[in-house]
Amino acid sequence: MSTFVFPESIKSRPTYGKLQNKFGKAYLFIADAEGAEAIIELASKDPALMQKAHVVYIPKDTGDQFLKDLNNLNINQLYIGPSYSAAQSRIIQAFEQASMGLQVCLSGTEGLIGQALRDAMAAGIPHTSIQTEHRGSVSRRMQCVHCKGITEDVISDPFVCSHCGLNLFVRDHYSRRLAAFQGVCIDAEDPGNIPDSVELYK
Amino acid sequence: MSGAEKINAKVSNIIKLNDLVTRFEFERTDGQLFPTFSGGAHTVIELKDGDLTRRNPYSLMSDPMDQDGYSISVRRDDEGRGGSLFLHNNIKIGDDVVLSHPVNLFSLDLRAKKHLMIAGGIGITPFLAQIKQLDRSHGNWELHYSVRNQSLGTYVNDLMAMHPNDVNIYYDDEKNFIDIVNLLDGQPLGTHLYICGPKGMIDWVVNEASKLGWPNETIHYEEFLAPKPGKPFQVKLSASNKVVNVGENESLLEAIEREGVDAPYLCRGGACGQCETSVIEADGEFIHRDHWLEDDDKSSGKKIMPCVSRFDGKTLVLDR
Amino acid sequence: MTIQFKDETFRDDYTFKNSEWAVKRFPFPFHEDSYMYSVNMEQHKGGPEGSIYEKRFDVDEHYISEMRDRSEVLKDDPLRCQSLPHMTLAGWDLLELIMISKSEDYPDLFELHRNGNNWRWINKPMQIDHSFTFLDDATLPYGPMEYITRQTQGDFVILDQRESNLWMDAGMVTTQADWSLDFDIGMNFFEWHAPVPKAHEMGIFTRALKFLLNIQQGAPARRLNWTMTVNPLLDTSPENYHKWGVQKGTLNPKNIGEKQYLRVELQTFFRLPRSNALVFPIRCYLASFDDLMTVPKWGRRLHRVIRDLPEELATYKGFIDNRPMMLDYLSQYDDGKPTSDGIWPDLQTEPARD
Repeated sequence: MSTFVFPESIKSRPTYGKLQNKFGKAYLFIADAEGAEAIIELASKDPALMQKAHVVYIPKDTGDQFLKDLNNLNINQLYIGPSYSAAQSRIIQAFEQASMGLQVCLSGTEGLIGQALRDAMAAGIPHTSIQTEHRGSVSRRMQCVHCKGITEDVISDPFVCSHCGLNLFVRDHYSRRLAAFQGVCIDAEDPGNIPDSVELYK
Repeated sequence: MSGAEKINAKVSNIIKLNDLVTRFEFERTDGQLFPTFSGGAHTVIELKDGDLTRRNPYSLMSDPMDQDGYSISVRRDDEGRGGSLFLHNNIKIGDDVVLSHPVNLFSLDLRAKKHLMIAGGIGITPFLAQIKQLDRSHGNWELHYSVRNQSLGTYVNDLMAMHPNDVNIYYDDEKNFIDIVNLLDGQPLGTHLYICGPKGMIDWVVNEASKLGWPNETIHYEEFLAPKPGKPFQVKLSASNKVVNVGENESLLEAIEREGVDAPYLCRGGACGQCETSVIEADGEFIHRDHWLEDDDKSSGKKIMPCVSRFDGKTLVLDR
Repeated sequence: MTIQFKDETFRDDYTFKNSEWAVKRFPFPFHEDSYMYSVNMEQHKGGPEGSIYEKRFDVDEHYISEMRDRSEVLKDDPLRCQSLPHMTLAGWDLLELIMISKSEDYPDLFELHRNGNNWRWINKPMQIDHSFTFLDDATLPYGPMEYITRQTQGDFVILDQRESNLWMDAGMVTTQADWSLDFDIGMNFFEWHAPVPKAHEMGIFTRALKFLLNIQQGAPARRLNWTMTVNPLLDTSPENYHKWGVQKGTLNPKNIGEKQYLRVELQTFFRLPRSNALVFPIRCYLASFDDLMTVPKWGRRLHRVIRDLPEELATYKGFIDNRPMMLDYLSQYDDGKPTSDGIWPDLQTEPARD
């Protein structure tokens, strides 16, 4: 099973729901890795929905595990791409061409959901109207508050910033605009005193 | 003192626009400038009617950047509690009034890529100020305005003369109605929808927009809610130890104020939440008419909004 | 009185010092001998003559040096000043509010001449004499918010009001108590306060938000907040925490009186007319423990507050490790005598220290 129940946290930390069929003429799904399962589950309840759906899917390390099932859903427009940044320009174009009432459904890792949510908001969709469902890895997209560099898929705390090399601890404080959690220097007051790294939620 | 800060003003001009609607213009008595405001704001006008102080909210319709004067346009309501009738029949040029600082409960979402405005009848007034605001910032807007007939088309001629490409007028008596489904369908992402008019129109547009998948956050409306007359009732004010009789043509809030008890308020129209009052004891039926309290608050019998809501029963004790 | 502006630094050699005048008017934030969160809002309509409450935007002896420090911070990191695109009108609202307030409250220092939209602004302490067109961005060297807040002490955050919430959509933040505008911009009231312990559970933010949403034009409000800073460092930013965090370890029993600062924020709230936004100026005042101990009442009270503060709050405010050393120092100034209510020094009526 690819679902994970996040413990209750502070109010800036995103929470996730379950994808549902709602009013709307058009649907845009953006998903990565096990996020495909959320689309497949929704389609099994409401197969007709897929005929008004545009699906952007990034398999990441799940490879072709979900491709056959997705191909069998009779999706109106299905794109499978190697990474979010590779897919980003077509995602932005899809928003530009869409009209009010478009339903946006995001599923998969927090990094994928966050980045797609950020681009949907920039197009004028209120974030509270966007459906999200977390699936798969609990890794995070982290911003180093010091150098501003983003480190993708962080799975342990503390971790080393991939840009400036500082040792950062993982906060639950989250910015929708940056689509990232905040990483803060862990040994600022006592340089060199760095605790052992542990896997998130272990 | 309750409500927003006050400004002493006098009526500088009265212009009858048609059989139902009259514009009242005000200037300050102290020679200072009025504060600027944001489109959609209202002012509460305070009028002395014998022993009664009437306080009625009206949308400011003048240019928000014009600090020399404020204007409101008032539709005569022959069936209401007489606030609009009093303005129409008793107020003369030169009369003193007290205006509140502007309060905005219907403001534009300035992030919108397009502002789509739907007005019905006198609901046009907040849009007049919003359009002036958006014109200054080269905003993208479009107005769809439904009126009963040509002769009651308040400001139709002005709007058509100034904005022929952005204003669309619909006349009821010509069976000419807003085609809301087709209008809403196909609007670009980032459009915000604003509705002001009768309750039936608001419900209709909100419902259609929701069915088309418009997010609630992009739908804004202002319903003109005036306190309705009702059966007289008695209320006991616990904190100030007074018994007050609420007459047929006054609101509970007005009756409380008449007895000299200071009660908070801002909109006097059931929207802002400022006058929320705790109920200590009640034996009877509440007539809740506000948009503020949640349904479970209303059914709990523990809270009332005295600006628009009433009571029918034996005993009502409020914490005021 | 005429203000004597000082030439001092808030970094490196830290030459910042309060005059006796500045200490006596310091906004000591504790009105009783203990501290817990509350929605401690009051109307911002003046205050005792000479107090920091008297004017809408207080100007003091540190003005010029604080503005120089701000300009240094912005050179290093321009992201400390940001405004989302829909907030430009609110920026003009703020510029208008500050220019009108300062020219009325300090006519000897600031002048504003208006002829329609043609405005001339004179800031004598900073030697600025600038004519521009109101509401025309092209006539200012920066956006309107940045232009005026480069000339006004304190951080500024502009909050857009939508969906019964407040959204932090613009700000100038260079004297902050360890929070990042670049990270928090775009968040709502509950989100940017998310890291604050305990207060959510106490319902503080729900009540505070309700109060703030109803702030009206012409009726600004204010409150005090506080924390602790080692050295008179204005820019305690998360961005630079890896540089300044180590200074907390330089305290010792000998230097604590001069190096440990109580950091107080005068937070005010004004409704902006044209945009219906709310501006939230956060003005930082610093006083060393030595400064504060010159007022006997404050010496007694500060000891009791710091001693009895719940552990989570001392941790959140970043001084849990140094608290024992603070208490060793402060206890010398607490003779156990009662203190009078309220924040004022009460030098004439309070007993001298034993």
